Amino acid sequence: MSEAASKHANRDPADDEAFKRELVKLIPHLRAFARTLAGEPAGADDLAQDAMMKAWDARASFQMGTNMKAWTFMILRNQFYSEKRRSWRQTQLDQEAAERTLVAVDDPEAPVALDELRMSLAMLPAEQREALVLVGAGGFAYEEAAEICNCAVGTVKSRVSRARRALHAILDDGSYERDGGAAGDAMRSILADAERLSSAR
Amino acid sequence: MIEHTPNEERRKTSAALDEARLRQQAIGVRLRQMFDEVVNEPVPDEFLDILRKADKRSSENG
Repeated sequence: MSEAASKHANRDPADDEAFKRELVKLIPHLRAFARTLAGEPAGADDLAQDAMMKAWDARASFQMGTNMKAWTFMILRNQFYSEKRRSWRQTQLDQEAAERTLVAVDDPEAPVALDELRMSLAMLPAEQREALVLVGAGGFAYEEAAEICNCAVGTVKSRVSRARRALHAILDDGSYERDGGAAGDAMRSILADAERLSSAR
Repeated sequence: MIEHTPNEERRKTSAALDEARLRQQAIGVRLRQMFDEVVNEPVPDEFLDILRKADKRSSENG
């Protein structure tokens, strides 16, 4: 019997069933978080699958009724950084991933500014990007994000605010641009959103 | 900020703050949109297959 199997030998099958049901519900969120970390979709799905399996194998250590989403996100994040540490080509891979992302999101139907936001987001330092994504898109409280990132709440707060400022600046001066296209288009598009928001108030 | 700020200046400053807030709000909306786009994608079958196999393996071993 494998080590993992013996650890779970005494588990109630109903607990496993309940755990699995919850885990399946979280898959779409794990995929979305993985996409923001890993960039290109195929690598991101590998990461999300690894995290899902790690969570399944560690199910005996999960306290049912506590925040499973935060717990699985923490597993995914740890998985991502331990893989990154193993990779001596880290920097090059980041660069390649960023470039592939540009191709991967080349959907003519997609709103232009969404791609630009994606590219700008990819330019942020990883720690700022993940903090902003967790709080700004994942719906986590600062406290939960701090737990996921294994840092202090104040650190998350400052990373999020630095990320917001940086994103704003990148979008504003169009420095994400590589192909000589018109700079400032993204911010114009974002501003159009802002106007819609303000008239909706 | 300069001393003896005229009301006009103050008004401009507050308008700029409003605009900055609005921009941040708009970026936030886009960010959630980007994340939700992936959340709303159908989950590839592979995920459920892997989980099913792992579950089967553990129930056979248990």
